[in-house]
Amino acid sequence: MGKITLSQVRKSFGEVDVISGIDLDIEDGEFVVFVGPSGCGKSTLLRLIAGLEDTTSGSMQIDGQEATHLPPAKRGLAMVFQSYALYPHMTVRKNIAFPLKMAGMTADEQAKKVAHAANILNLTDYLDRRPGQLSGGQRQRVAIGRAIVREPAAFLFDEPLSNLDAALRVTMRQEISELHQSLKTTMIYVTHDQVEAMTMADKIVVLNAGRIEQVGSPLELYHSPRNLFVAGFIGSPKMNLISGAEAAKYNCATLGVRPEHIGVGAGDGHWQGVVGLSEHLGSDSFFKVSVDGIGTINVRANGELNVRAGDRIHLSPDLEKLHRFDAEGLALK
Amino acid sequence: MARHISTQRRALNTASAWTVALILFFPILWTVLTSFKPEAQAVASPPIFLGFDWTLQNYVDVNEQRDYFRYFVNSIIIALGSTAFGLVLAVPAAWSMAFVPGRKTKDLLMWMLSTKMMPAVGVLVPIYLLFKTLGLLDTRFGMVLVLTLMNLPIIVWMLYTYFKEIPGEILEAARMDGASLRSEILYVLTPMAVPGIASTVLLNIILAWNEAFWTINLTVTDAAPLTKFIAGFSSPQGLFYAKLSAASTMAIAPILIMGWFSQKQLVRGLTFGAVK
Repeated sequence: MGKITLSQVRKSFGEVDVISGIDLDIEDGEFVVFVGPSGCGKSTLLRLIAGLEDTTSGSMQIDGQEATHLPPAKRGLAMVFQSYALYPHMTVRKNIAFPLKMAGMTADEQAKKVAHAANILNLTDYLDRRPGQLSGGQRQRVAIGRAIVREPAAFLFDEPLSNLDAALRVTMRQEISELHQSLKTTMIYVTHDQVEAMTMADKIVVLNAGRIEQVGSPLELYHSPRNLFVAGFIGSPKMNLISGAEAAKYNCATLGVRPEHIGVGAGDGHWQGVVGLSEHLGSDSFFKVSVDGIGTINVRANGELNVRAGDRIHLSPDLEKLHRFDAEGLALK
Repeated sequence: MARHISTQRRALNTASAWTVALILFFPILWTVLTSFKPEAQAVASPPIFLGFDWTLQNYVDVNEQRDYFRYFVNSIIIALGSTAFGLVLAVPAAWSMAFVPGRKTKDLLMWMLSTKMMPAVGVLVPIYLLFKTLGLLDTRFGMVLVLTLMNLPIIVWMLYTYFKEIPGEILEAARMDGASLRSEILYVLTPMAVPGIASTVLLNIILAWNEAFWTINLTVTDAAPLTKFIAGFSSPQGLFYAKLSAASTMAIAPILIMGWFSQKQLVRGLTFGAVK
């Protein structure tokens, strides 16, 4: 079981509030991703849940048990660190067995569990090596192995893929997702990469300046961002945000249009502009268009489109998929 | 980019290094040579370098006059005892300063170091009186205690520097894995700090072995180490250079041999963390 409840959790370092009064329910078996720009408090929130930092006020429950002041070891959670934090003087086998040894398990039981974890993570051939002799991806697997042998109530991942190269990151991302599907254990995952958040999460928690901006499934956040911050943060390329006279036509302070919700045509269209930059990836084409009276608009079109820099084109936003925000930046229904 | 050094320049560097090393080593070499000379040749003028009548008589005489072995055992007990005792106190101290520093940690470290800047003779009288009152004069325990306290600032400083090199996330990982503070220090921190701890131990054994001020002033016979053994030959037998040299050679030989075999470890330990 791994249900975690935070009530009004606050953390301040001296005068500075890093986390300001967060309420959050994490259901058993959920894959929750904390996402936000750097310095938003996502790692601190994870460390508060882990017990590596003390909460300044508020309370926390794990499986209904009061856990606010429990030491890390007593919370039944396992953590995978950004730097892997393997024990460099121990072999892979001893690294993975370490939490079992700390729990006072017999050598036989330890060996059985280590073998099982190594099998899941393809580490069987590397059990007698030291972390220094492994590649980044293998080290990451060892760190995960050390976490799974404990059979924790929940896994905590602190930007676990940020030290890996792009190709490996995609593979490991899928491995972690598959691991979640097979173990069905609660996972809390911190990242600044919204693609990781969108692809892995059951539930995304968008954080900004120590506050929760929105909680929801990836597609909920994509389709109905609650405010300008979430609208700008979720989605790649970023949503176009238009203010001024054009927004006023739609009765709002800011008008949001996702690049993929704009049609490109040579003939009649809503807006007209000159293409500044065009990128052709084969599967998609991206354009930066200087639209008359509005400014630069990013456009994403499926497939190949014969449009080059300097061309004058017509743009038609999908009127059904416009996002409207008031002067405070909150979404209008 | 590798810098090019000419062969001539390299030869010159090597020659100067050897010269400096020989100048530094010469007094020790001369002491060892003198210890094998008959007394008359030891004071000969001009001095004889190698062409003297080699003899072991000085060593026999010195041992007959004083029991070398007893001093040797005392030296061992004091050097190892004070180092062990120092480590027991310094590991937790350095741990807390490196991993849970407070606002005053830096000041505390500076203050500890500043105690080494005071001349030892400044506290001789109070410490002598304390030792007298507590019955610690000329006891091995008393000497272990005083040398532990003398070297503690250095042990704490050295360990602190080594511990600072260990990433905090690894200790946090141990905490998440269910390690108690004791297991964390025993299974994770200490093994990772072994090179640093080893050079701290070596340096402290050397410092304690060579320490002469306190050992000479606070011991008479029972707890007297080898420093006292040499000192004992200096005044009454001041003119017997060969015997004095034999005593000195016997006193410094163990630590010289240990230093020779551990020099790699010592250099590595002392420059640990200097280059990332």
